[in-house]
Amino acid sequence: MTAHLSEEDLVLLHYGESQDPAAERAHLDACAECRGSYEGLERTLLAVSSSEVPERPAEYGRTVWWRLQPRLRESRSRAAAAWSRRVLPFAALAASLVLAFLLGRFTRERELQIAQPINEPARERILLVAVGEHLERSQMVLVELQNAGGSESVDISTERHWAEELVPANRLYRQAALRAGEPGVANVLDELERVLVEIANSPDRLGMPGLEQIKQRIESQGILFKVRVIGSQVREREQTRETKGNWSQS
Amino acid sequence: MERMDGADVADVARARSGDESAFQALVERHSRQVFRLAYRMTGNEHDAEDVVQETFLKAYRRLQQFEERAHFGSWLYRIAANCAYDSLRSRKRREDQAPLPDQEEQEEAMVGATADAPSPERLVFSGQVQRRVESAMARLSERERAAFVLRHFEQLSTKEIGDTLGLDEGAVKHSVFRAVRKLRDALEPFVAPRARAEAR
Repeated sequence: MTAHLSEEDLVLLHYGESQDPAAERAHLDACAECRGSYEGLERTLLAVSSSEVPERPAEYGRTVWWRLQPRLRESRSRAAAAWSRRVLPFAALAASLVLAFLLGRFTRERELQIAQPINEPARERILLVAVGEHLERSQMVLVELQNAGGSESVDISTERHWAEELVPANRLYRQAALRAGEPGVANVLDELERVLVEIANSPDRLGMPGLEQIKQRIESQGILFKVRVIGSQVREREQTRETKGNWSQS
Repeated sequence: MERMDGADVADVARARSGDESAFQALVERHSRQVFRLAYRMTGNEHDAEDVVQETFLKAYRRLQQFEERAHFGSWLYRIAANCAYDSLRSRKRREDQAPLPDQEEQEEAMVGATADAPSPERLVFSGQVQRRVESAMARLSERERAAFVLRHFEQLSTKEIGDTLGLDEGAVKHSVFRAVRKLRDALEPFVAPRARAEAR
């Protein structure tokens, strides 16, 4: 190797990522200029290494734990509430769909006889509750992303994880809405699903162009507004159903 | 980095099944190391303490996503590096860069501390180096600082740094080069005369 080593070469050599360390070391042995530069680099980095971090006492871990505990409790109770909001309606709907599927394997006459226990208003109420909760969670993801920002990139791992969970549920609700003769709800769920899939397929850390692209997608389709409108309609219908149910029970 | 794989594996498994004392053991075992990384990246104790809290909170929330084949310490330090990087970026937006101390003044003080200097002077020199390094580190951009700390102190490879910070390898290399160049510009006039004096 005859050409002098660049500063980048010296840095890579120092950190053990050089392409050809043997040749570069041989060059340093032969070239006083490069050797001087390399020694200067090592002196600087040695000075950096000598800088100290304030020591933490032996019981530091316990102190961290004491401060952390209340936040973990808060996080747990939030997660539990979100889990029950998310899973219970979904489980009820899934159970009714599985039951309907199983019943569909029998004759229509038999199906009519057996399917009577889940009446139409009850089924609709389950669907409304489940879709309402689903739309609320989807709104949270969209709002979080719309408010996200930074100078270079942003960590969207939490929103991406939520979106991943929401996609299969969304698909199920969309199909159920179509079967229930709710094309308006099904269309909004269809548009929502496309956005959720895009978010779920994004990397955990998104650069600004990627984030802007998602924001534009949300804004250009007015999906957040549609989800809010449908969500409030679903809530109203759910409350009406509940009131009717209470009246008929009393 | 501290390696306590066996204990970590058992504690992670227990923590995932809801045993809070197991998560406490993980916190107590790794706190100091997380603090060191957080301090190196943020450059101040207050921000580093916040990063430590944020790191363990995120780790707790994501514990179910942790792949058992992975090394818990590495996984945790990646979360910490990310939290510290976010903290750096939000701080950079808020505040102006701290001015470097007067360079000539520091160089004069350093040249005075020659090789045969007595121990107290060496201590003074060491304190000056510390301040000088801190000032030079404060002048790095948040990306340069994060990439450099992970490369220099944590000995992560270029690829690992890229994965941690969400940058491609070219951007990581560029950031490390720029960081080293800036540190060299700021520190070499300070450390070189001492090296010459020691060589005499």
